[in-house]
Amino acid sequence: MSDRIDVKKTYKLYINGAFPRTESGRTYEVKNAKGVFIANPCLASRKDLRDAVVAARAAHSGWNKATAYNRGQILYRIAEMLEGRRGQFVEEIVSITGATKVKADKEVTEAIDRLVWYAGWTDKIASLAGSTNPVAGPFYNFTIPESMGVIAAIAPEAPSLLGLIDAVAPIITSGNTVVVLASTKAPLSAMTFAEVLATSDLPAGVINILTGKKDEIAPWMASHMDIDALDISGLSSEKHADIKVAGAENLKRIHSFKSADPGRIIAFMEAKTVWHPIGL
Amino acid sequence: MTFEYAPAPESRAIVTIKPKYGHFIGGKFVAGGKHFPTINPATEEVLSQIALAGKADVDAAVKAARKAYTSTWSKMSGKERGKYLYRIARIMQERAREFAVLETLDNGKPIRESRDTDIPLAAAHFFYHAGWADKLEYAGLGTSPKPLGVAGQIIPWNFPLLMLAWKVAPALAAGNTVVLKPAESTPLTALLFAEVCQQAELPAGVVNIVTGDGSTGALIVNHPGIDKIAFTGSTEVGKIIARAVAPTNKSVTLELGGKAANIVFDDAPIDETVEGIVNGIFFNQGHVCCAGSRLLLQENVAEEVLHKLKNRMQKIRVGDPMDKNTDVGAINSKEQLAKIIELAAVGDSEGAERWSPECKLPSKGFWFAPTIFTGVTQAHRIAREEIFGPVLSVLTFRTPAEAIEKANNTPFGLSAGIWSEKGSRTLWASQQLRAGVIWANTFNKFDPTSPFGGYKESGWGREGGRHGLAAYLKGVSHE
Repeated sequence: MSDRIDVKKTYKLYINGAFPRTESGRTYEVKNAKGVFIANPCLASRKDLRDAVVAARAAHSGWNKATAYNRGQILYRIAEMLEGRRGQFVEEIVSITGATKVKADKEVTEAIDRLVWYAGWTDKIASLAGSTNPVAGPFYNFTIPESMGVIAAIAPEAPSLLGLIDAVAPIITSGNTVVVLASTKAPLSAMTFAEVLATSDLPAGVINILTGKKDEIAPWMASHMDIDALDISGLSSEKHADIKVAGAENLKRIHSFKSADPGRIIAFMEAKTVWHPIGL
Repeated sequence: MTFEYAPAPESRAIVTIKPKYGHFIGGKFVAGGKHFPTINPATEEVLSQIALAGKADVDAAVKAARKAYTSTWSKMSGKERGKYLYRIARIMQERAREFAVLETLDNGKPIRESRDTDIPLAAAHFFYHAGWADKLEYAGLGTSPKPLGVAGQIIPWNFPLLMLAWKVAPALAAGNTVVLKPAESTPLTALLFAEVCQQAELPAGVVNIVTGDGSTGALIVNHPGIDKIAFTGSTEVGKIIARAVAPTNKSVTLELGGKAANIVFDDAPIDETVEGIVNGIFFNQGHVCCAGSRLLLQENVAEEVLHKLKNRMQKIRVGDPMDKNTDVGAINSKEQLAKIIELAAVGDSEGAERWSPECKLPSKGFWFAPTIFTGVTQAHRIAREEIFGPVLSVLTFRTPAEAIEKANNTPFGLSAGIWSEKGSRTLWASQQLRAGVIWANTFNKFDPTSPFGGYKESGWGREGGRHGLAAYLKGVSHE
């Protein structure tokens, strides 16, 4: 046993490709299943959310314009980076949740594979969700799905890594940008995942990660007028009604999901139909 | 030399309007309690007395729809459901002239439009969706998509029968039953449609029609026996509905307001563009949620376009909707006319310049001359709020990027127009515009195969095409 003192990590937020502390100066204590102190992550505030939305909005135009091929490669790159650091994720999941190493390993494997799966969807979803429409007249008419804009997501409490990836990957696949609130009890893998993102060629602001309390942040997400849609899969169902009422102010599209499938990508896309006359 | 048009009136002899109507519930007309008049907005003549549905009527309609859903419609094969829809489409075609005349009398829109647009498109919607009924497993929603149950549908007064078709046809094709409420001021074609359902021998309760005002609509929205709400109308009411259904498991689709930009680039074919601008804003008296109500002109062609537009507007014939030569008919109601007058006055007071062609308006009825405002800025209310009338706000831009920025500077996102002869520029602009329907070198075109619906505060979901069908089926992962 070495008597060296560990260099412990300060867990911060991930906004616009950088790792700021919360502007509020607040943290909360995270303990593991046995009650042992693990970390003091940031307790994100409304202002942090607003900063993250500004970053996400600014990033949307570029990410939306990136080719589907390019987005696919970047999603795949995230999977590569995650694979390279899988040991660290397994260790963190074990330390914080008390899960067995086998179980934690399975979660990380699924998370990596899920990213690879979504990477392959970037250049296929349009042919699935789009159409050419045989209108009764001399017009060329087609419907293309495109990204909605800035989406906010509440990741589920568990599984903390896979749940986070299930929230953000389908959203960014189509060209949206996202602000996600990580698992409150197990935020470590989310913040370590931010380090993966920072080395994955993902443009700054495409994924922004906050840590904190759902009851505090979710209502601000719902009422924010520059957020286009919400994934509230991580919010307990009795809280959904209030969020939907607040979200009606700008008619946010609000969804929650049970599984990963292409419908999860399509839910955060808008169908655009274009008409043009045909003639000499 | 001036040409005069002789009157060319369509005969109203083809329609029989009853003095009083009840609701259509469980396949039968049932007497209502309270009644209110529906009038011809072009003459203010009372056409009939319409029943105002209260709680008991809505309950009865929902009960009939539920019974039809569980005992008949959800059990029937798609093939058989489809045949009923084909029957309805065919009967609507057979009785098309009757529908057109009735629509024009009740709504005030020109007979040319009800005859050539509203009614044929309504029939086409049923014909299109009839073919979906036995092909739902190919709609991209998994191998066994399921209907939602009873759909409550609330439709507006601007395209009464067409909006009915947009709502009822996909709902029935997917296996749902419906309770539909037509708009307070335009219920007559929906009630004639009830007769079509009877002639088609549609099983009782599959389609139920209750008439009334906003209070009836609220009863439908809040009814616990309804699984899905489909609404077309204002963004304001759309938000009320979104809040009302938040604590429930109801699915919702909303087709709401718009403030569409119609962008004219300097390489546009000017004469066609002028026709497109006129069609974009004066079609159906501008009572169109996707109307091209904000004209964005590139500065170097603005003067020429405006000159030609004004010339063209002088030839618009405003007047008797039953005259086959009429281009612009009556404003649908006194209330709507008051709103248009109010917003136009705001345009004056905020410093925009108003222009209308000289036109004689009938002394009775509700009328508003085709109007354009120039010198409009983005801050003006007439550039931001939906007027829902024949009023066009004209703005200018220098660069394509500026055009897009102005076009997208609105909480709405229903439609937009692009006029340019350059393909790459047209496609670029169509990519940049945040709107659900983009008309390039055309405007206000509709088709049952073509999804329609808005981004942002213009609504939730699409109507038409495979996308519209999905709004009436249970998806796969989606709660």
